[in-house]
Amino acid sequence: MFGPATLRTIRLGIKSLLLHKLRSSLTMLGMLFGVFSVIAMLAIGEGASYEAQQQIKALGSTNIIVRTQKPPETEESSSGNSMWSAKFFGLKYRDAQRIQDTLLNLEMVIPIRETRREARVGANWYPTDVLGTVPEFLPASAIKINEGRWLTAVDEHRQSNVAVLGALAARALFPLAPPIGQTVLCGADRFEVVGVLEYQGLSNARGPTLDQCIFVPMSTSRSWFGDIQTKMTGGTFERTGIELHEIKVRVRTEGEVLDTAVVIEAMLASTHSEKDYEVIVPLRLLMQAEETKRIFNLVLGAIASISLLVGGIGIMNVMLATVTERTREIGIRRALGAKKKNIISQFLVETIVLSGTGGLLGVGLGLAGPYFVKLIDPERITVTKPEHVLMAFCISAAVGIVFGLYPAWRAANMDPVEALRHE
Amino acid sequence: MTRSATASAVTTIAELVGVERHYKMGENVVRALDGINLKIMSGEYIAIMGRSGSGKSTLLNLLGCLDRPTGGQYLVGGEDVSNLDDGQLSEVRGKKIGFIFQSFNLIPQLTVLENLEVPLFYQGRVGVESRAKAQRLAERVGLHGRLGHRPLELSGGQQQRVAIARALMNDPLFLLADEATGNLDSKTEEEILHLIDELHQDGVTIVVVTHNPRVAERAQKVVWLKDGVVERIEVNR
Repeated sequence: MFGPATLRTIRLGIKSLLLHKLRSSLTMLGMLFGVFSVIAMLAIGEGASYEAQQQIKALGSTNIIVRTQKPPETEESSSGNSMWSAKFFGLKYRDAQRIQDTLLNLEMVIPIRETRREARVGANWYPTDVLGTVPEFLPASAIKINEGRWLTAVDEHRQSNVAVLGALAARALFPLAPPIGQTVLCGADRFEVVGVLEYQGLSNARGPTLDQCIFVPMSTSRSWFGDIQTKMTGGTFERTGIELHEIKVRVRTEGEVLDTAVVIEAMLASTHSEKDYEVIVPLRLLMQAEETKRIFNLVLGAIASISLLVGGIGIMNVMLATVTERTREIGIRRALGAKKKNIISQFLVETIVLSGTGGLLGVGLGLAGPYFVKLIDPERITVTKPEHVLMAFCISAAVGIVFGLYPAWRAANMDPVEALRHE
Repeated sequence: MTRSATASAVTTIAELVGVERHYKMGENVVRALDGINLKIMSGEYIAIMGRSGSGKSTLLNLLGCLDRPTGGQYLVGGEDVSNLDDGQLSEVRGKKIGFIFQSFNLIPQLTVLENLEVPLFYQGRVGVESRAKAQRLAERVGLHGRLGHRPLELSGGQQQRVAIARALMNDPLFLLADEATGNLDSKTEEEILHLIDELHQDGVTIVVVTHNPRVAERAQKVVWLKDGVVERIEVNR
């Protein structure tokens, strides 16, 4: 296959392409950008869905998360409020209890309270959420202890003033000294730091990430901070009474997640007069994300195919022009003994060299793509998969062959007599 | 050239037997060639003459196996080529016929050496041997030291010399020249005609198609065409 004759044909093809350097490189550009855009788009698409999936996976695929949500404001509820009366809504302690008592397939039920406080150590201050929770929170959250220990049942029982810091909170409050054993002031209350979590690095659309939070026992949070929080917005006080901000429910297997979620939704609907909660099922989100990714890849694939198609049409156009321009040469070669297949392979090789080189350069640019993306948007994650690169290159080569066949066929089927007479 | 030694045994190289070439132009049938009988013997120098429209070009295309007759037989080296397919005809062209064209017809992007190698390339015979042969033939036609040049760097006469050398590369049964000097000034024409004479003396069989009497008078035989048939054959000298 790669005998001296083939090598000579390839060399001849390159030589002919070099005759029209500008034209050849412009044609190649079409292919280059086609391949580049395929690789870059898929890398960005994969990156985006990778990020989303990591976030969802961090929520835990066997978890069901029930969160307090501010109910929709109605006429009577807003008019009935005086300046000092608090608005009570959201998940209750008894909701958590009821879920735990009713459903028998649960691995754990974790209530969480969030209290907005300014944490302070000496001159360092850090406004954050103090999360009151139970010891089971840690295994359910796919996060690890870096230093010290996590909250225990004894802390919970004794309402101990102990706190575990998220990695970022620890860094902000104790930039120099080791935090374990030190005291941190949350609002007006003192807590002894007993542990620091590992850095997790995930974002959280709702508020502070786990890295930024401070964790205390549920019983401590309840008796120290109470249920009513006051927030000043636009010159008016808003007092809200929320018992629990979140209940995290974990079932044993992924297969039980969806059914359990339906039951929990029904239970809450029957006991809450308003929709002051939302049920988040990470597995459901994950499935949606997979589906979205599939559609996304399909759309990207279509766009990419179009750009490759356009590149292919460009190649065909140029090759047709080349064939017409070199009619005389074709005639000469035919007169000197070239068969149709010789002419076909000559022009096909030229097309393949053109699209292949464009494709290779596109692969190079595509591999460098993530670097450019990083320059524009440092936060953006891109994932370049080798099979995508290979696919893009193979498509470009295939486009070269497909769109080169017709011009080559036309060249080969010229009448030698006519071709020799061509001016 | 070593042909002079073998030229003593005269053989039939090509033979046309009642060859017809008819074209359909809508309703009408144009009889470009209408029963041609002609023999080309080895070592001959034949000129084919005639006014335009006499069938000269059609005959040239048939002799060169670029076209097929619609009737009659054409034998090249004893082989009937009238009914060969396109690929087989290409092979006959590549192995048995050497073309010389009016407009030289060199491939512009190739060097002289590469142009010379083209006929052997299509027979899969490019290599050290073809290079040596190209060098030898280039010397023979007076193109010393020009092998690395491109056609456009050469004068018309030099280009035609390259074309003649190229036509000899495949050791053809005969050289087929189409107005070989039509694009040259009279001085260069004389040089090229002289070169062709020399080749003939070396034993190369030559067929020229021309309307130029100065070219025709050098041939041994002049075949006059008229309305698609051989009108008469004159023998010079």
